[in-house]
Amino acid sequence: MAFLDKHKVIERSPTLLLIFSFLVVTIGGLVEIVPLFYLENTIEKVKGVRPYSPLELTGRDIYVREGCYVCHSQMIRPMRDEVERYGHYSLAAESMYDHPFQWGSKRTGPDLARVGGRYSDDWHVAHLVNPQSVVPESVMPRYDFLLNRMIDGEYVDDLMETHRMVGVPYDDEMIAQAHADFAAQADPDSDYDGLLERYPGAQVRNFDRQPGISEMDALVAYLQVLGTMVDFSTFTPDASR
Amino acid sequence: MAKKPEKKEIETTGHSWDGIEEYNNPLPRWWLWTFYATIIWGIGYVIAYPAWPLIKGATPGLLGYSTRQEVARDIQTFKEKNAAIEEKLAQADLTTIADDPELNSYAINAGAAVFRTNCIQCHGAGAQGAKGFPNLLDDDWLWGGDIESIAYTVRHGIRSRSDETRYSEMPAFGEFLSDEEIDAVVQYVRSLGGLDYDADLAKEGATVFEDNCASCHGEDGTGDREQGAPNLTDAIWLFGDSVEDITYTVKYARNVEMPTWGDRLSDAQIKAVATYVHQLGGGE
Repeated sequence: MAFLDKHKVIERSPTLLLIFSFLVVTIGGLVEIVPLFYLENTIEKVKGVRPYSPLELTGRDIYVREGCYVCHSQMIRPMRDEVERYGHYSLAAESMYDHPFQWGSKRTGPDLARVGGRYSDDWHVAHLVNPQSVVPESVMPRYDFLLNRMIDGEYVDDLMETHRMVGVPYDDEMIAQAHADFAAQADPDSDYDGLLERYPGAQVRNFDRQPGISEMDALVAYLQVLGTMVDFSTFTPDASR
Repeated sequence: MAKKPEKKEIETTGHSWDGIEEYNNPLPRWWLWTFYATIIWGIGYVIAYPAWPLIKGATPGLLGYSTRQEVARDIQTFKEKNAAIEEKLAQADLTTIADDPELNSYAINAGAAVFRTNCIQCHGAGAQGAKGFPNLLDDDWLWGGDIESIAYTVRHGIRSRSDETRYSEMPAFGEFLSDEEIDAVVQYVRSLGGLDYDADLAKEGATVFEDNCASCHGEDGTGDREQGAPNLTDAIWLFGDSVEDITYTVKYARNVEMPTWGDRLSDAQIKAVATYVHQLGGGE
């Protein structure tokens, strides 16, 4: 076959092989990636998803730092067993402000995409301090040191600016108020009206019941907001997806 | 096994690199045909299933497949299978579920499934509880152990964000009482619970108890289920019975939360899990 014989030319020239391989990979990449930028249904518009509050964002950093994603996914797949166990399947919009996303790829522990509001703060603290105290069969390691690591959110505004650089819509006021919001969310006696205005639905509590703001406060604040932002009573799934 | 062909019979590519020649063996037939088959399969797949992204959306495919529709259909299939008995359960009066053996058996099994999914993290796989999370097997109930109270607690939680949550707040007595008074009342509480206690301190503590604690826990310390005040005279101590634990409770209080499940579970599921918990051993 004459056509196939021409292939020899490519096989015998490393430069040609490189050029043509690159072309093939480029076409594949363009077809797979480019539509995601313009297709309207890549990220469905849903009501309620907002950027993380400063304390939640700090907790998210701790989640990433401790490698929680290694054992916990945040991605409820559209399958009956998962939906019945964890709740509504995850939507792309729910991780649109996650940089990087925390979908994970392995579940040694359960999925956490909708863990918010499922357990009390006390449970989260008891469980993080010593998981076996509440779930004897668990293999999760202890994170009791989080209680003793006090944080003041010194760089939280920088963190938010970094997130703004990659597309999270933090406005100037949010960044200017970052320190105040950070402190207010862990102190129910503070004036947190501004916080709630900027971050609707943010939960204000002393999460670990200890004076001061510890990494535990931040992490539990983050866990308690996971999967709680979308109001599913107003959501109609687009069946074409 | 087929006899290996003689070396001479195989053509080489005709090239020689420092005397090294390359056989021009064809690909094994089975491999080649499998490869062609996957290409054909791939074309068929692209036609049948959602594939190519276009301007407005991806090609839907001839089969009109959608994971979202599939999961909805899956859930619907099982819902329909149980629809009759679920409906019966949702309509049933909690107190009469036990009289209908079929309904009762369904409720217990469905309730056990709900319990395993949602409740065991705090209350334990065997409902045995943990420190700070009540054991559901015994007959000591904070907010009532009849089936309707259990269902209410599940539906609205305790100190939860539900508007109809069960709510009470024990004050942190460290703010009102001196350390001596607290030490004394702790000894008195231990005397109520049949634990070792210091008789002198307990005598002092009796007055402190009457002035500060009796309004909720009762003069005799047997508690009040209207406000979730625990019975202090039994041997069940949710937060531990050591002097340190009780002192901590009095000083800082332990107003723990149970989340509301009314917005996560259906009516039938709540009734089922209440039935399950009720029959674990402590139901009233």
